[in-house]
Amino acid sequence: MSPLKIKKGSTSHSAYDLRPSYSDTVERHTLAVLVENEPGVLARVIGLFAGRGYNIESLTVAEVDHQGHRSRITIVTTGTPQIIIQIKAQLGRIIDVHKVNDLTVEGPSVERELGLFKVAGKGEHRVEALRLADIFRANVVDSTLESFVFEITGTPEKIDAFADLMRPLGLQEVARTGVAALSRGAV
Amino acid sequence: MSKTMTGAKMVVQALIDQGVDVVFGYPGGAVLPIYDELFQQEKIKHVLVRHEQAAVHAAEGYARSTGKPGVALVTSGPGATNAVTGLTDALMDSIPIIVLTGQVPTFMIGSDAFQEADTVGITRPCTKHNWLVKDTEKLSATLHEAFHVALSGRPGPVLIDIPKDVQFATGTYTEARQVETHYNPQVKGDLAMITELAKAMETAKRPVFYTGGGVINSGPAASQLLRELVAATGFPITSTLMGLGAYPASGDNWLGMLGMHGLYEANMAMHDCDLMINIGARFDDRITGRIDAFSPRSKKAHIDIDASSINKVVHADFPILGDVAHVLEDLLNVWKARGRKTNTEGLAKWWGQIKEWRAVDCLKFTQQGKVIKPQYALERLEALTKKHDRYICTEVGQHQMWAAQYLGFEDPNRWMTSGGLGTMGYGFPASIGVQMAHPDALVINVAGEASWLMNMQELGTAMQYRLPVKQFILNNERLGMVRQWQELLHGERYSSSWSESLPDFVKLAEAFGAKGILCSDPDTLDDAIMEMLTHKGPVLFDCLVEKHENCFPMIPSGKPHNEMLLGDASTKDAIQAGGAVLV
Repeated sequence: MSPLKIKKGSTSHSAYDLRPSYSDTVERHTLAVLVENEPGVLARVIGLFAGRGYNIESLTVAEVDHQGHRSRITIVTTGTPQIIIQIKAQLGRIIDVHKVNDLTVEGPSVERELGLFKVAGKGEHRVEALRLADIFRANVVDSTLESFVFEITGTPEKIDAFADLMRPLGLQEVARTGVAALSRGAV
Repeated sequence: MSKTMTGAKMVVQALIDQGVDVVFGYPGGAVLPIYDELFQQEKIKHVLVRHEQAAVHAAEGYARSTGKPGVALVTSGPGATNAVTGLTDALMDSIPIIVLTGQVPTFMIGSDAFQEADTVGITRPCTKHNWLVKDTEKLSATLHEAFHVALSGRPGPVLIDIPKDVQFATGTYTEARQVETHYNPQVKGDLAMITELAKAMETAKRPVFYTGGGVINSGPAASQLLRELVAATGFPITSTLMGLGAYPASGDNWLGMLGMHGLYEANMAMHDCDLMINIGARFDDRITGRIDAFSPRSKKAHIDIDASSINKVVHADFPILGDVAHVLEDLLNVWKARGRKTNTEGLAKWWGQIKEWRAVDCLKFTQQGKVIKPQYALERLEALTKKHDRYICTEVGQHQMWAAQYLGFEDPNRWMTSGGLGTMGYGFPASIGVQMAHPDALVINVAGEASWLMNMQELGTAMQYRLPVKQFILNNERLGMVRQWQELLHGERYSSSWSESLPDFVKLAEAFGAKGILCSDPDTLDDAIMEMLTHKGPVLFDCLVEKHENCFPMIPSGKPHNEMLLGDASTKDAIQAGGAVLV
């Protein structure tokens, strides 16, 4: 308790209470943000999230249309419904942003992430790692007598599960790309 | 035919093509080529300020009083960092300004060169958009786009950072009409939702218009349409600090300003209404007070050009995304086409209630004794300047709230104040910008002595350009608003809230060659104000006022609208722990 007897983080009697009365549920949303591929555009997007206190669970960015000078930023974020609406509106204000799509609410979508896992070990551990990699349809992209680098693609949950299995088998390093996502069906 | 010219010349050419007639600025190493071009032409006047912050506030004053964009030109490094407060101020109040900054040459960027700062990095969160132009070929198109961005949609400040080698290099000048942009915000509101609102207006028993700075930003047509709508419906109207003047203070339906230091009748009407029509305001925390008790029984319409404003703080039952003038035009047409109906019986009762609230006369005060009450000073200023088409600027604090309460604004663009950011030191340079735009008008900056001292160096600017700005300082030798909060919240421990070692303002004025007037006697106040008004040059008016006067009405932090403090008697323990953390 603070000296003012206000619970930490409590805003129920504050002029700054942004929580809507209708829902406190925190939701996870995947946003696809199509931006002008200008210097600083990623900083604008990240700065918005940092400055206004929004969460970023995952963020990927790459140019998707060289001719059209467009990049696609995929952001996985969490918040109450009102915060999610605010995030989309705030993203829409950025001059370099062409379009904001909320893949979570705009019908079904596919989400994929790529992970690279370095696993070192000998004997039974090494065999088990290889066996599990096969089950997860991971590829071996580097191999020494004492280590593998696996490449795995899938939903973030699948990659989490793979990481959990590799940990006792000698997991040394992980690199993950973050989520890329598209809506299902034709545009 | 394409024109080839240097980057520096492009800057001046683009400003001329955009209709700019005055630039506020301060030279330095990284903008010398642009200053050289300014020197060799006569279409654009340059006003040399004494500090870059003042250049930006002057540009804001110019913009706010004309509806045209204001332009500031500053050098790299410290020039740019000094501009940051002004940029943030303009962002919070949606003022269209263009700030041009010099930058070290492109080949030195990132080397910690002399007077280098990451200007676009520093100003990214405090501009609507900014650009670092590394190629002279792209400079003129960027300049034209900057004007478009600053003025379109919700207006705001933009910044263009121009490295010195880009200013020296030559390139092809692009005309404004050749520039393509994808930034074209929606201005027309959704007709179906506008019709829903018109229907709600027909049956509302206790409606109120709550208007804001968006009406002013939308242009004179918006204010005209607002007046027509108010007259046609007979609904009461209140406004935020930023929206004063959109509806005339002398209008029959005017309730006065609302909010933390708003009028009793305005806040009570907001609390008790059944239909709130927000036109170009943003439910700022100065307005809403305690949010879960904000106008609990009303349906709320929100007309705003910025989608992120709608449903940000308060749920809108009738969200309408669009420009105020466009939406009001459609709303009036729809409402008229549906037969100009209102709930006459309900409205008559509502006005009866409002009359009772008005009878409280929340701004009443008694001027007695030999000390001038600040309210009295403003009441006399109002009486003696009312007949002028005057422009009022303010600094920030108690005097600002009293000015909003006791001065009446009949037209838009006559009231320049720092609302969202609350920037002390805004008013004096803003008054310089206003006077540059309106050379023959009466321009008054209502100030507190502490705020005024924050940009006092601009007395030099006012003298140099013979700008007859009137600095009306309510001098209580205190940081009045800070002192008031310490009295209410911190056990009357006045920590660092008095102005020690104040200058003799008359001598200070005279040191710059300006006129100084000291007044401490209510009996000579009128004569002193008249002396200020008739003097042809800048005047520093040192009005010594009651030192411990508090600003009322006041909604204490953490309280709803219907729990206003009306005077000193009601202030004991008014702010509880929950409210104390708020500002």
